[in-house]
Amino acid sequence: MGVKLIVRDQENEVKAGMALMHALEKINLLPEMYLAVREGNILTEDEILNDGDIIKLVAVISGG
Amino acid sequence: MKCTICREKASIQMRQHRLAMCQGHFLDWIPDQTNRFIEKYQMFTQQDRVLVAVSGGKDSLSLWDVLWRSGYQADGLYIDLGIDGGFGYSSQSRRLTEQFASNRGLQLHVVGIEDQYGSSIPGLAERNQRGRGKPCSVCGLSKRHIMNQIARDLGYTVLATGHNLDDEVAVLFGNTLEWKVDALRRQSPVLQEMPGFARKVKPFCRLYERETAAYALMRGIVYIYEECPFSVGSKSLYYKELLNRLENDRPGAKLVYYLSFLRARENDLLIEPQPGPEMPLHLCPSCRQPTPIDGDCAFCRMIRKTASDIEAHSG
Repeated sequence: MGVKLIVRDQENEVKAGMALMHALEKINLLPEMYLAVREGNILTEDEILNDGDIIKLVAVISGG
Repeated sequence: MKCTICREKASIQMRQHRLAMCQGHFLDWIPDQTNRFIEKYQMFTQQDRVLVAVSGGKDSLSLWDVLWRSGYQADGLYIDLGIDGGFGYSSQSRRLTEQFASNRGLQLHVVGIEDQYGSSIPGLAERNQRGRGKPCSVCGLSKRHIMNQIARDLGYTVLATGHNLDDEVAVLFGNTLEWKVDALRRQSPVLQEMPGFARKVKPFCRLYERETAAYALMRGIVYIYEECPFSVGSKSLYYKELLNRLENDRPGAKLVYYLSFLRARENDLLIEPQPGPEMPLHLCPSCRQPTPIDGDCAFCRMIRKTASDIEAHSG
């Protein structure tokens, strides 16, 4: 089943059981630039992702 | 990971401070820190009337929320830039800002550029040399002019913006790369008031963008998530990404960069103070705001040129 990571309208999938930090590295995103939200709660980078998790990645950098 | 304060499950880690916090403690920490910076840099007091420039984004709405919760007399100013970008960027951000103010019973002043000056920001940019290519320069000039005008006309002593540490270090990085000494001299958490100019302050200048975003999410502040369509590919976004790569490898690098700059600036280590008299300022005959040249200011010249351009094309 795996873990879904959604950035804007793009979906990525990683294996369950890895820490958020490693999942972000896997899809080439800098942890500094995103907040990960699972069921309305923000996760710290050491959080282990579970099978079936849907994680929304909120980009924090803005402005021109 | 556990909250450094209560040992409950943490929601956010701030590696630059070696801190982790649960939602409750983080929601207290942000206003505490903001108030600490307001005091440290002598930005304003509870007696000041503060005008917060709000864009509908996470930083300015979070700042207004923090100031309101901290008991300051803080009203909002929203400038409708008339930018669409295919998804109603300005109309969406205006709606979210109005909703934010009405939910909290706060006073919001709205200035519609098109209603007031006859053309939107993209329209002004099209008709003026200054905006060729991208309208960011026209937008900056218009916002600075209107913010100061409203603050002055309505008797606000302080103008607050939601600039965060990432904004500040991106500007600092750009100015350092090109060694723009004048710009470096002007970059500060506070720009003191001068005749005709309100004091400008940045109470979030030491908070990471990640923290202001987390505050907005945790507080349930609904903000415009989409970027301004004209900011795509901008230099400042590029610098922010570069600096975040550095931060990722060396936690605290952005904060050290900014604080070291402020210290150097304060101690005149970096920039020689320029001797000699200040440049005399004239009053713009149209808007009565100070301007470095005799005659209309840059904003009023732009508006007059646009009006005559529209008239010429309609006739």
